[in-house]
Amino acid sequence: MSTTTSPPTPRTKAEPAPERHTSDRAKAERKLGWLLAGPALAVMLLVTAYPIAQAFYDSLFDYRLTDPENRSFTGLNNYLVVLTDQLWWRSIGVTALITVVTVAVELVLGFGLALVMNKALKAIRPVLRAAILIPYAVITVVSAFAWQFAFDINTGFINSWFVWLPGVDSTTDWFGDFGTSIFVVCLAEIWKTTPFISLLLLAGLAQVPEVLQEAAQVDGATWWQRMRKVTIPNMKAAIMVALLFRTLDAFRVFDSIFVMTAGANGTETVSFLAYRQTISRLEIGLGSAVSVLLFLTVVGIAFTFIKGFKVDLSQARGDS
Amino acid sequence: MSTKEKTGWIVGGVLIVLYCLAPIAWIVSLSFKAPADLSNASFLPTTPSTENYATILTGNASELFLPALVNSFGICLIATFISCVLSMFAAYAIARLDFPGKKFILGTALAVAIFPVISIVTPLFNLWRQIGLYDTWPGLIIPYLSLTLPLSIWTMSAFFREIPWEMEQAAQVDGATTWQAFRKVIVPLAAPGVFTTAIIAFFIAWNDFVYGISLTSTSASRPVPAALGLFSGASQFEDPTGAIAAAAVIVTIPVVVLVLVFQRRIVAGLTNGAVKG
Amino acid sequence: MASIEMKNIVKKYGDGFPAVNDISLDIADGEFMILVGPSGCGKSTLLRMIVGLEDITSGDMVIGGDRVNDKAPRDRNLSMVFQNYALYPHMSVYENIAFPLRLAKTPDDKVDRLVKEAADVLELHEHLERKPANLSGGQRQRVAMGRAIVRQAEAFLFDEPLSNLDAKLRGQMRTEIARLQRRLGITTVYVTHDQTEAMTLGDRVCVLRKGSIQQVASPRELYEQPVNLFVAGFIGSPPMNFLPATVKGSTLETPFGNIDLDEERAAAVAGHELLLVGIRPEYFEDASLVDDAKKHVGTTFTAKVDVTEWLGDQQYAYIPYEAPDAIRTQLRDLSRELDSEELRTQAIVSIDASSRIREGRDAEFWLDLRKVHVFDPETGENLTRDAEAGAELTRMATEDREEQVAEAAGGLTGERSSGAA
Repeated sequence: MSTTTSPPTPRTKAEPAPERHTSDRAKAERKLGWLLAGPALAVMLLVTAYPIAQAFYDSLFDYRLTDPENRSFTGLNNYLVVLTDQLWWRSIGVTALITVVTVAVELVLGFGLALVMNKALKAIRPVLRAAILIPYAVITVVSAFAWQFAFDINTGFINSWFVWLPGVDSTTDWFGDFGTSIFVVCLAEIWKTTPFISLLLLAGLAQVPEVLQEAAQVDGATWWQRMRKVTIPNMKAAIMVALLFRTLDAFRVFDSIFVMTAGANGTETVSFLAYRQTISRLEIGLGSAVSVLLFLTVVGIAFTFIKGFKVDLSQARGDS
Repeated sequence: MSTKEKTGWIVGGVLIVLYCLAPIAWIVSLSFKAPADLSNASFLPTTPSTENYATILTGNASELFLPALVNSFGICLIATFISCVLSMFAAYAIARLDFPGKKFILGTALAVAIFPVISIVTPLFNLWRQIGLYDTWPGLIIPYLSLTLPLSIWTMSAFFREIPWEMEQAAQVDGATTWQAFRKVIVPLAAPGVFTTAIIAFFIAWNDFVYGISLTSTSASRPVPAALGLFSGASQFEDPTGAIAAAAVIVTIPVVVLVLVFQRRIVAGLTNGAVKG
Repeated sequence: MASIEMKNIVKKYGDGFPAVNDISLDIADGEFMILVGPSGCGKSTLLRMIVGLEDITSGDMVIGGDRVNDKAPRDRNLSMVFQNYALYPHMSVYENIAFPLRLAKTPDDKVDRLVKEAADVLELHEHLERKPANLSGGQRQRVAMGRAIVRQAEAFLFDEPLSNLDAKLRGQMRTEIARLQRRLGITTVYVTHDQTEAMTLGDRVCVLRKGSIQQVASPRELYEQPVNLFVAGFIGSPPMNFLPATVKGSTLETPFGNIDLDEERAAAVAGHELLLVGIRPEYFEDASLVDDAKKHVGTTFTAKVDVTEWLGDQQYAYIPYEAPDAIRTQLRDLSRELDSEELRTQAIVSIDASSRIREGRDAEFWLDLRKVHVFDPETGENLTRDAEAGAELTRMATEDREEQVAEAAGGLTGERSSGAA
């Protein structure tokens, strides 16, 4: 096509022009734009920016809800307490472990699922799609219960089914120590969120033109070479976006821990720690400090991804 | 395609379906186990029993479960509706109009989406207690918007972008005001996208746990996931496992129905909002 | 219906790049004006400024005597056919056509009558209840036209309306548009990059290059008296050949032999050394097939034929030639600007289909010198343009149009007034 039409893209580019002639139409458009987008923005800022600012403020006080009279300013002391506490570093470690394990497994598994979905026979594709959406749609708490009950020493069937595995017998208590607890938590998380990753990857796969595959095939590439040299480089953006979202999501893991272990055997994650400090123990000052630190960690991870790995978020926003 | 390959695909497909459905099948099976069966160490009940359902629907757990179910439906539907309306306008502005600050709005949506919910729950907990929103429906609906709005804005912006830009210009040339162009051309074309977004937003609200356990204290507003999570500690003498399983099955039914009916749209919505070339 | 006047129209984007640079163009009431040029020449931007979808940086846009610069599209009462038709997928064909009328709150019975009339004109009757998705490309195009003609617009604007159709359908729709425009006698601005459309449809054609007007004239004038190298190269298919030539008195030395110039042209080229001779493919002929009576107005030369293309009704031969590097670079730049990718310096000559000239052999050609133009390679200017002859061609075209419009008005008043309120 040889049009000189300049639809959306150049128009947006033209936008910051300093001496641009603004007609009534353009002015009205700006006004309408803010009128329409304003409420959503305001709500988002109100329910996140305000509380996080409040959390930061609270974190500067020694403040316990059961003892409001003795609220006193302590500066950064709460942070000092948290950062010198074994508990914080342990929970960071646990969270990181869960994040790395689940995201790595999900990426591989999700890619496999996406490949199968992409190539599957037309007849079974809707069935696969529906099946894969079920774990995504099921409530995390329900999933956590299902896995917990399955591994539970009393109600579970896993011990009797896998009795042939070394170390497993009818008295194996999966939630009895750290390693096995984390293993089950990871299983539940992986089961629940792999579909989401596989759908993102499937969309990425769909963006790699079939002719590229054919061309590479004609050029003599094996299946594995096509995967490595053609498919994966072309869906790198999709992979990075999926990775970013899942990593941030995994780092906030809370529901499964709450249901399955309640932080026993040192399985406490950062989110759970923050929850326990504030909602259960009503240590608002200390809990707020944990909350702010968690927030900063998440921002740090996002920043590393976006700057370090050059994740193109315009892709994620559909901002073409 | 050879028969061998076909069999391969079918075997692969069956494995995937098994993987996805096994935990669900397990919890369903568990929910039909009588108390005596709970520790039978096998997947299936020896004799199916509806005792657990009776417990949560009519029995002594019903005053915990039924209000929670009502709360969940009410709060999630209202939150979904509000976030859809707000994000519909915002997404239209982002996809269609030329105004400064667009990037800022999208950036904010992104930032809110990656926000650790637990970080803001404490100040909200405090604030809600002060202004009387603690343990009320609005007290959950408002924070739910922080979960549903960012995703709704992305997903819908992506859908809106797919509507040919020329369409709206054509309407303007045909004599429509911006509002008319929106109402008569964009809204009907955007309806499927809005609908899909609503389903996904509902899933997200339905799935919430952190707000549910932190910002509620009674059955006045406690939603099902929170009720389930805290149920184990309820003052019951018998093992709560069966009742939890039955309740879990009931809250899973709506999402399964939505998935089965709208699977194609949900996939389009999820991938549209997240990855777009 | 109205005339459209543009005075010093400028469109600058944020980076300061002028997409449209100081364009002044008057389009008469009822005239069919074509905006043509290679991609990026600003033709669509100009059209979108007329209709109001693009802001005007400076200059005046006057439609029917009113300055419309700050008017919204809906207040300009123009109708437009978009490149992708922009049919509303959720409305039936009927509602698509009725849409502008509905917006104007036209009563239902009148809407019905006008839509039916438009459907009659465009033979869309049996498709009225269908959705655009179920229509073929040509039918969609007609629906878009229906939406444009259904109301009494001041002018029609077309943005490459046929570019999404296949070649055969494009030819049919082209004729259809021409017929419709003549019938309705409505001012029309038509953007295209297809020069066949430009030549066949337009009363006048405005050739644009990098946001500036090169020449506004009737198709014939453009073809026979192009104002510069760009217009000469852009109009005509296969394109005009440009041969390097050195001036020796009143003789031009070219790769295909010497060309003797008449006094007038000799005077025009005096003072130049290196020139470009522009020769259209059809000025050549297989020398063995040329009438002796005609031979003296041209010159014969021998050249080696690289490739021949026999098309049934005509035949093309490709003759490579050597050119100095400077000329070679310039020709390559020109061809790039014209959206083509000319890799070698070669002349394309059109010869009679019966010619038995064979590839790879030397052959004798005859070249008609009467219409040959000479260009200054530095400025691109046509040194031998006969402005008067050109103006005469355009004047004749204008007369033709006025006659047709008058006829159309006479024949159509009954039909249209029933539709007009």
